[in-house]
Amino acid sequence: MTSAPASVVAVGTDHLADAVEAQAVPVVRVDWRPPMPGTEGDLACVAADPLRKDANERALAAVLDVQAMLVDVAPAGELLGLAPGDFLHAGPPIAWADASGPLRGALMGAAALEGVVDDPEAAVVLFESGSGVSLDPCHHHRAVGPMAGVVSASMWMYVLEDPATGRRTFCSLNEGLGKVLRYGAYAPEVLERLRWMSAVLGPLLRDAVRATGPVDVTGILTQMLQMGDEAHNRNRAGTLMLLRDLAPAMVASGHEPAKVADALRFIGGNDHFFLNLAMPACKLMLDAARDIEGSTMVVAMSRNGTDFGIQLAGTGDQWFTGPAQVADGLYLGDYGPDDANPDIGDSAITETAGIGGFAMATAPAIVRFVGGSVPDALATTRRMHEITLGENPRWTIPVLDFQGTATGIDVTRVCRTGILPQINTGMAGKVAGVGQVGAGLVTPPAEVFPAALSELAHRTRARPR
Amino acid sequence: MSHAHVEVRPGAYADSVALLQVSRSVQQAPGVESAQVAMATPLNLDLLSQMGFALPECTANDLVVAVRVDSADRLAAALAAVDEALVATGRRTTQPTDVAPPRTTAAALRRVAGGTVLVSVPGPSALVEAMDALDAGHDVMVFSDNVPVEHELALKTVAAERDLLVMGPDCGTAVVDGVGLGFANVCSPGPVGIVAASGTGCQQLACLLEHAGVGVGTALGVGGRDLSTDIGGRSTLAALRRLDADPRVELVVVVSKPPADEVAEVVRDCADRLATPVELALLGQGRPDLTAAAEQALRALGRDLPGWPVWGRAGEAHGDLLRGLFVGGTLCDEAMLIATAALGPVRSNIPLSPDLALDTDLLADTHLMVDFGDDALTSGRAHPMIDPTLRLEHLDRVASDPRTGVVLMDVVLGHGAESDPASRLAPAIERARRSGPAVVVSCVGTELDPQGLDRQAQALADAGAEVHLSNAGATRRALEILGGAR
Repeated sequence: MTSAPASVVAVGTDHLADAVEAQAVPVVRVDWRPPMPGTEGDLACVAADPLRKDANERALAAVLDVQAMLVDVAPAGELLGLAPGDFLHAGPPIAWADASGPLRGALMGAAALEGVVDDPEAAVVLFESGSGVSLDPCHHHRAVGPMAGVVSASMWMYVLEDPATGRRTFCSLNEGLGKVLRYGAYAPEVLERLRWMSAVLGPLLRDAVRATGPVDVTGILTQMLQMGDEAHNRNRAGTLMLLRDLAPAMVASGHEPAKVADALRFIGGNDHFFLNLAMPACKLMLDAARDIEGSTMVVAMSRNGTDFGIQLAGTGDQWFTGPAQVADGLYLGDYGPDDANPDIGDSAITETAGIGGFAMATAPAIVRFVGGSVPDALATTRRMHEITLGENPRWTIPVLDFQGTATGIDVTRVCRTGILPQINTGMAGKVAGVGQVGAGLVTPPAEVFPAALSELAHRTRARPR
Repeated sequence: MSHAHVEVRPGAYADSVALLQVSRSVQQAPGVESAQVAMATPLNLDLLSQMGFALPECTANDLVVAVRVDSADRLAAALAAVDEALVATGRRTTQPTDVAPPRTTAAALRRVAGGTVLVSVPGPSALVEAMDALDAGHDVMVFSDNVPVEHELALKTVAAERDLLVMGPDCGTAVVDGVGLGFANVCSPGPVGIVAASGTGCQQLACLLEHAGVGVGTALGVGGRDLSTDIGGRSTLAALRRLDADPRVELVVVVSKPPADEVAEVVRDCADRLATPVELALLGQGRPDLTAAAEQALRALGRDLPGWPVWGRAGEAHGDLLRGLFVGGTLCDEAMLIATAALGPVRSNIPLSPDLALDTDLLADTHLMVDFGDDALTSGRAHPMIDPTLRLEHLDRVASDPRTGVVLMDVVLGHGAESDPASRLAPAIERARRSGPAVVVSCVGTELDPQGLDRQAQALADAGAEVHLSNAGATRRALEILGGAR
C-alpha cells in the first residue's frame, strides 16, 4: 500500500511534526521525554524481545477473563494451614527487626489473640527471639491483607474463586475504622472485636454465603465503580450491595436474631467492609498473569510499612523493593506528618488491577479526603492509561464517557514516561498501638521499576534465541 | 566587563530544534554576547568549551544554560529571557480538564485510528517508540540519527514478519503518495517510485525528474544501512513490493551505494520477479552519478532530456584547493567521487578510504569535503538542513584560507528544511566572495517546495554563487574553475 497516511503520529522534534501539518495532514504529537536514567538499554532489549508482545497480550487477557466469586468464609488456620505461632503480613518479606510500628503492633495484638502470649507487650521478646513464631507475606499464600495485613490462625477469611480455573485467593474480614489491628492498634477493645468477628461474624457470613450461593464480587465491583466507589478508599456502595445480597440469608440463617442484628449493624456501619473483597478479587485477576515469560506486566504492588515491593509477570516470585514513602494527604485530629508511618498494606493490589487511585475520577466524593481536587482526579485517571497495557471493558467510568479502567501496569512504560502508579491510601501512626492518623496519595519509590526492568532484560538476554 | 554564567538543570528536556530557537532568541536579548541552551551531550559540551564556557559536572540528560553578558547586572534579564523562551517552547497552557498529550507512541496510537508514525527521538530511544508503531500495526519512519544497527535489525525483522514497512533510520526522507515525512521535496504526482538507501540522493533524483516534468508519487527512504550485510535489504524488499502493488508506478528506481554482493543478488532477484521495471542506481567509483541515473530513468520512460538549470556564474579561482561543505551525505559522497577522479585524494569526515579521514577540527591543508549531516556532528544537535550554524562558521574559516580556490556547497529545500536557507547563506557567500574563492552551489529543490527553487537559487546567485540543480554538474563546474587556476 502506498496511499497517503490519513494521519501521522509524530514523536520527537516538533519541527518535523510542523512540516507534516503544513501539508494539511492531521498530526498527533507525542510529548516525549527521556526515560528514567539508565534504562535506555534495558528498554530497547525488552522492546525487541520476540516474546513480549504475545506475552503481554496473554497476560492482559488472562487478567480480564477472571471472574471473582465469593464462595466461602472460613478460619485462616483451616484454609492456609496456619498454626497459632504463624503470622502473615502485608508487603514483601520482612524480619521483626526491620518491621515498622504498625506492623509490630498488629503482630503483638495477633500473638495475644492466638494466646501465644497473655499480654501483647510480652510478644516483643517472643518476636525478637523468633522462637516458635514465623512471619511470611500474605502474597506468598495467595492472600492479601489491608494495612499491616496481619493474619493469624483464628481469623476468618473470605475465599474467592475463579470458576473457570478453580484458582482461589483469600483475605481477612474488615474490622472497621478507628483503633483497629490493621493500623497497628492492640488495645483490649481491638482484640475483643477480633474475637467477636471470629465467634459471630465469620460463622454467620459463612452460613449466609453458603446459603446464598457464590456472590459475584467482580459484578459488584463493576456496579460500584459507577456509583462513586473507587474500591480502595471508598467502598460504600459495594458494602451496601454485599449487604443486600447476603442479608436475607443472614436473617434466615437460624443464628440468634440479636447477633444477626449486631452483624448487620457492623457491616452497614463500616464503609470499608467491601475493601477486603475488592482486594482478593484484584489478586485473583493478577495472579492469572503470573509466570508468563517475557511479560512486562506488574502483578503485585505491596508495602510492609518499611519497603515497597513489586513483582512482574515475567520475573517469577522475585520482589523488587525500595523504601516505602509517606503519603501526602490529610491528617485526622492533631496528627501531622511526623506521626505517619511510611506506606503500608497489600491494598495497592487494587491499583495494580486498575482501580483505587487509578479510578479516582469515578470517586469525586473523596478527592478532598485524600487531599486532591476533581480536576486532579480526572487527570490522574487519564494519566494512568499512559502506563498500562490496556483497558478493562467491564469496569467503566461514567464521567470519562465510560472509558474502561487502565489495566495492566507495564514496567517499560513506567520507565519510559517516569509516570508512577498513583495509590490512594490510609496512613497508620508510626508508633505501635496508635491506629489510623490520616489518608492520602502516595506513589511507589521510583527505583523499583528500573530494577525490575533490569531483571527482565537480564532474563531476555540470557534466553537462548 | 563581560560575565559568563553556566548552570545545569537536571531533568529538564527539550528537543534540539526547540533549544536552537531558545538559544537564538536569548542571543538577541540586550547585553547578551553569546548564549547556548542545549542538552549536555558530548558534542554540545565541546561546543560550549569552544565558546569559552567552563563546563560543570553533568550528564547527557541535563539541560545546560550558558550565557555571556557584557556586564554582570545584565545576567538576571538574560536568564529571564532563557526562562521565557523555554516556556514559549511548551505547546500550550493546559486547563485542568484538558486531556494531556500522549507520552508514548503506543498511547498516541490508541487515540487515532490509522496513520504512519514519524520517530525523531534521540537514536538510543528510537527502537522503543518505533516498536510501538509495529506492535499497533503501523508503518514507521525512523528519522533519528545514531540508531544502533542491532536496533535497526530488530525493528526490520519484526516489520518483515508483520508485512509492515520501516523507513530509515538515518535516511531522513520519504514521500508517501505526495505526503512528505522528514526532509522531502514537493513533487507532482507521477509514474516514478523511488526506493532510497540515501536521503539526499533520493531528493536529488526526485528534483531532477520534477524539473524534467516527471513526477515522483512515492519515495520510500529505507535507511542508509539497509543494503548492508547486517540488514540484508529487509526494507528495500518490502518497499519494492509496495511500489510494485501500486498501479500508478510505471518505473521503480533504487538509489543506494553499491550493496554487499549477496544483498545485491537478493535485491536483483526480487526486482526481476516484479511486474514493474526496476532501475538500480548504485552509486560509486566508476558508476553513473545521480544526474546520469535521472537521465537513464527519463530515457526508460521515453522522455526527452532537459538541460539542467544554472543560475549565475562563478568568478575565477585564485587558490588551488577545493573545499566542499555539505549537508547531504550522498551529495558529499557524489562530489568526492567526481572530484577524486580529477584531483586525486580528497580528505573528509566521511572519507572514501580511512586514511583520508579528517581530524575533529574538520580542517586540513588539502582538498577536503565535510558532511555536516554525519551522525558524529548531529548528536544532540539539529540536522544542518535545519540548523546551519556549524556549516556557516566553517564557511568563514575555509573562505579566509588563501589556498581555497572553490567552495562547493549544497542547499537542500523542501519540507523539514530551513524555511529560507538563502537568508543566512547569501550574506555568508558574499563575505566569502570578498575573501577570494569562487562559490558553486547545488540547490536541490523544486518550484513546488515551500522555499521555491528559483527564489532560493536566484538569491544565492545574486550573492555571487553559481547555482546548479545538478550536484554532479556543480561539482564538474567547480573542477573546471579550479582547473583554470592550476
